[in-house]
Amino acid sequence: MISRSTRFPLPTAGGRYGIYGGRFVPETLMAPLIELEAAYASASSDPAFWNEYESMARSWAGRPTPVYHAKRFTAKCGGAAIYLKREDLAHTGAHKINNALGQGLLARRMGKKRILAETGAGQHGVAVATVCTMLGMECIVYMGEEDVRRQSHNVFRMKVLGADVRPVASGSRTLKDAITEAMRDWITNVRDTYYMIGSVIGPHPYPMIVRDFQSIIGREAREQMLAAAGRLPDCVVACVGGGSNAMGAFYRFLDDEPVRLIGVEAGGTGFGEGGKSAASLCRGKVGVFHGAKTYYLQDDQGQIAEAHSIAAGLDYPGVGPELSYLRDVGRVECVAVTDEQAVEGFHMLSRAEGIMPAMESSHAVYHASKLAPSLPQDKIVLINVSGRGDKDLDIIARAAMT
Amino acid sequence: MSRIATAFSRPGHKALIAYVTMGYPSIADTLRVLPLLQSAGCDMVELGIPFSDPMADGTTIQEANHVALQNGVTPQKCLELASQVRASVDIPLLFMTYLNPIINYGADRFCHSAAASGIDGFIITDMPPEEAGEVAECARSEGIDLVYLLAPTSTAERVKLVARKASGFIYLVSVTGVTGARKDLPGHLEKFVSSVRKETRQPLCVGFGISSGAVARRVARIADGVVVGSRLVQYMAGSDWKGLEAFVKELRQALDNTEA
Repeated sequence: MISRSTRFPLPTAGGRYGIYGGRFVPETLMAPLIELEAAYASASSDPAFWNEYESMARSWAGRPTPVYHAKRFTAKCGGAAIYLKREDLAHTGAHKINNALGQGLLARRMGKKRILAETGAGQHGVAVATVCTMLGMECIVYMGEEDVRRQSHNVFRMKVLGADVRPVASGSRTLKDAITEAMRDWITNVRDTYYMIGSVIGPHPYPMIVRDFQSIIGREAREQMLAAAGRLPDCVVACVGGGSNAMGAFYRFLDDEPVRLIGVEAGGTGFGEGGKSAASLCRGKVGVFHGAKTYYLQDDQGQIAEAHSIAAGLDYPGVGPELSYLRDVGRVECVAVTDEQAVEGFHMLSRAEGIMPAMESSHAVYHASKLAPSLPQDKIVLINVSGRGDKDLDIIARAAMT
Repeated sequence: MSRIATAFSRPGHKALIAYVTMGYPSIADTLRVLPLLQSAGCDMVELGIPFSDPMADGTTIQEANHVALQNGVTPQKCLELASQVRASVDIPLLFMTYLNPIINYGADRFCHSAAASGIDGFIITDMPPEEAGEVAECARSEGIDLVYLLAPTSTAERVKLVARKASGFIYLVSVTGVTGARKDLPGHLEKFVSSVRKETRQPLCVGFGISSGAVARRVARIADGVVVGSRLVQYMAGSDWKGLEAFVKELRQALDNTEA
């Protein structure tokens, strides 16, 4: 069964996290979202549903993923001990499988046969395609043309799994546009289609559903830290695009007041003049888009801006409403790491530990490498390594040439 | 009685509602098309404020939004354009847009300026009545009607909610889908309209997919008005003024002779 934070018992009615969240969608989607909310309420109060989820997470998705004491990386950075939560070892190579599995079981329970998803880096798309294959469902994945180009490895994986990958040519041709296009498809085919959103974003109840399925990360990590170090970490560090791995890693620590929770956004080419980023918590403005009120990067006229990050999975101009709320009340801190620094983070961890983190996770790795030396040696920093970097080798090779 | 309500007050008269994206293909074209729409028989016009990511729109209106933004059309510019348009036509004018540009402008300030520009109503695609708090209050105090939508997926409970909250008219989305011209409309449209009719006395207008006089006539037999958007935008794309005028007149005729 899912257990919820007592200090932050959110969302409240209507899917609100303080002023954030909600359900700002065209009328066509309102009834289906209310139906989804009811279906999830029924599933999440059914022990049999969670038993199946837990059992599949173990035997099929490879959970629990380990927590690893990165001693060489710790020594290189100097300072606090660094531990890694190894979501890179989960089936399909990232934390995305946790959510795809949970929502896949939910969709099956609702009798849906056609599954729709968006993807940025392709990790969510691959996870959805994998789950659909396992459950015998039709799978359509929208992906921005730019992401199809820079994450071609994952496109091929989805095709091998039988998914229908549809490149999106509008706007910035990245994750934002893939979500918009997936929503248009959902509006059109809502009666028989389940929209499997990949992050803690979108209209209620999605931010709650995705958080619940991802909270397995922090639940395991909390127990594993107690077992390995005899105490909780002092800081948990996770990268933030939409925020699913961060919410998943943070959620079980929300009530552990002394544990600092640090979200690392994509600083892109920096915050200076002409710089482009995907740091909606650090640099965004409150707005309404993709079904929720939260922080968005936008221009001074309220048009949604094109985000930029070297990591396709962070390249999104918005962030989950719960993270916006937790940032505002000071429970979650937010920082940003640039493209260049993330590449440095990738190399540092690869060379120190033989673990190649995804470009997304490399943002968290880099920040932790600066945070650890500022803390005494008896402190613990836990990094959520949300995915593995195999998909990013082309990007790394290109970065090395410039 | 609001200007919009007045437009529905003639017994037997079916309202023809046009949609245009402001500043598409150019700002001058918006100023030129409004008097033409009025004289060709439109009873009301929805003025689209362009948005970067029009989630409920098909390719035609997506492209129009994109071009309008490239033409430098901002919400402020739309308010100014509305004032200019208001000076040339006397039919009701509504703003149709997504919520974010309005929030960014400031809901209070936007409602006030819209009313001052002669705008009679708002249709905000991604703002269902549950989320209208910020806008509903200031719109009401400025005398601006808030038109809500209902879709084939709307439950009986939602029909009641929208019937209670909407003012001006209720916009019935003909199909489960995004905007765009379609050859024909689904067979269950009559059933959908009559199920809403049972719940409310508000005027019911059907939009999405109205592309010919024949489709408009079929809709007008059961509804109080039709909304035509994408097909008009297509005429505007090619600056086909003659074609546009002939199309609007064809619709007008179809609505005036629903028995034909």
